Amino acid sequence: MQTIFEQFGLLAAFWMTIKLTLWSALFATVIGTLVAIMRLSPVGILRQLGATYVTLVRNTPLTLIMIFSSIALSGVLGLVLASRDAPGGYIATQNFRLAVLALSVYHAAFVCEAIRSGVNTIPLGQAEAARSIGLTFSQSLREIILPQAFRGAVTPLGNTLIALTKNTTIAAAIGVAETALVMRNVAEFDPGLLWTAFGLIALGFVILTVPMGLATSFLAHRLAVKR
Amino acid sequence: MTDTNDGPRRTPDRPLVVLENVNKHFGDLHVLKDINLTVHEGEVVVVIGPSGSGKSTLCRTINRLETFESGRITIAGKELPQEGKDLARLRADVGMVFQSFNLFAHKTILENVTLGPTKVRGLKTAAAKDRAMELLKRVGVEHQAAKYPAQLSGGQQQRVAIARSLAMEPTVMLFDEPTSALDPEMINEVLDVMTQLAHSGMTMIVVTHEMGFARKAADRVVFMADGAIVEENTPEEFFTHPRSARAKDFLGKILTH
Ligand SMILES: Nc1ncnc2c1ncn2[C@@H]1O[C@H](COP(=O)(O)OP(=O)(O)OP(=O)(O)O)[C@@H](O)[C@H]1O
Ligand SMILES: [Mg+2]
Repeated sequence: MQTIFEQFGLLAAFWMTIKLTLWSALFATVIGTLVAIMRLSPVGILRQLGATYVTLVRNTPLTLIMIFSSIALSGVLGLVLASRDAPGGYIATQNFRLAVLALSVYHAAFVCEAIRSGVNTIPLGQAEAARSIGLTFSQSLREIILPQAFRGAVTPLGNTLIALTKNTTIAAAIGVAETALVMRNVAEFDPGLLWTAFGLIALGFVILTVPMGLATSFLAHRLAVKR
Repeated sequence: MTDTNDGPRRTPDRPLVVLENVNKHFGDLHVLKDINLTVHEGEVVVVIGPSGSGKSTLCRTINRLETFESGRITIAGKELPQEGKDLARLRADVGMVFQSFNLFAHKTILENVTLGPTKVRGLKTAAAKDRAMELLKRVGVEHQAAKYPAQLSGGQQQRVAIARSLAMEPTVMLFDEPTSALDPEMINEVLDVMTQLAHSGMTMIVVTHEMGFARKAADRVVFMADGAIVEENTPEEFFTHPRSARAKDFLGKILTH
C-alpha cells in the first residue's frame, strides 16, 4: 500500500484533483454566471449566444472537449497558457491549465443552467419592483436577481461541484498527473496493487464529495429565501 | 361613515401625468383603447372597473413596465424614454405599489427602503437610513426594520412597500389594488396610510374597489371597461349617479355583494 503513496504519488495526485476542482469551479462559476446573464439579458443576440453555448457544450462529451483543448487549441492553434520556465515544468503547467480550461468551459454550462433554475424560483414581481424604484438592468441583476438566484440554486450548484470533482479524472486523458493517471500507472507497472489503488482512490473521492453534499444541503436550507 | 372629502387640493393648471391617445395590444387583445387622461399635481384619481378592463395595464404603462404602441405619456412634461439608464432614472420619480407588495425577499425591511436612495439617488448610507427610519415610523413599522419581509404581516409589508416608494421622493405614486391581497382586518391600516398620503398632497393614481377610500381621499373616479375610459366624475357623483349603463351595472354588482 505504501508503494502506491510513495512510488505512484497518490497524495500528490489527490492534491492535483483538488487544485483542478478549485480552479475549474472558480472559472466555471465566472463563465457560467456571465452566460446566465447573457441568457437573461433583454438583448436578443446575447440570449441566442448564451443558449447556443449551453446547448453546444452540454451535449459534447467532456473527454472530447478535453482532447480538443489539448490537440486543437494547444497543438494546432498554439495556445500557450504557461511560461517556458514555469515552476513545475512547462508541459505539466500547460496541461494543467488546458485541463482547467476544458473543465471550466464544460461545467460553466451547468452552472448557467443552475443559476437559471435559481432565477425561476424568483417571482416576476421582484424584478418589476426593482425596475420601478429606478434600478437599471445591471443594478437589479446585482442587487435583486442574482443574489436570490444563487440562493435558490445552491442544490444544483452543489451537484455541479460534485460532478466537477469527479470529472477532473478526465484530465488524465491529456496527461495531468491526477488520480486516474495513478490508476493507469498502477495497472501498467504494478497490477498486483490494482484493487488497493482502486479502493483508495474511490475512498478519496468519497472523502472529498460527501462533505460537499452535506454542505450543499446545509446551505440550501440556511440560505433559502423565505417568501 | 363620514364621506366628506377634504375639498380640492389640486392645482388644476398644473398637469403632472398626461396620457394622450394611448393604445396598447396584447396580441389581438386591444387592452388600452385611445386612453386620454390628465392627472394634475396633488390630485388623487381612483381607477375602478371590472376585472380585465385594463386598470393594471394602465398603471404599468404609465411607468413603462409595459410598452405601448401609439400615443404619448408625459410626466411633468417629459416623455419617458424607451429603455435603458434614462428610463430607469425617470422611472424612480414614479412610485409604484403592487397588489402583491413585492418587497425584496432577501433584504431586511430597512434595506428594502434604503436600496433605491443609495443606488439610484446616490444618497450616503447613513442619510438613507435616517430617512428610511423616518418613513418606516410614518407608516408605523419602525420596530420591524431589522426583520425580513416574510416575517411581517401582509398589511405591514404593504406599508413598507409604500415607504420604499416614498423614499425615492416620487412626484406621483401608482397603486395597483394595494389592498386586494390583504386579509380584511389589515385593509384599513394600509388605507389609512394612503389617505394620509393623499391629504399630504401626494399625486396619486389608485386602482381600487375600496369605495370608502375613494370617497374620503379621491378627487376623481375614472371608470374603465374593456380597455376604455367610460366615465369620469367626482366620487360622490359617480357612486350616487353613475351615467353609463356599464357603470350602473358594475356598481350594482359590487354594492350588492
Ligand atoms: N402580459 C399579458 N399578456 C397577455 N394578456 C395580458 C397580459 N396582462 C394582461 N393581459 C390581459 O389584458 C387584459 C387587461 O388586463 P389588466 O390586468 O390590465 O386588467 P385589470 O383591469 O387590472 O383586471 P383585474 O381587476 O383582474 O386586475 C386582460 O384581459 C388580461 O387577461
Ligand atoms: Mg389588475
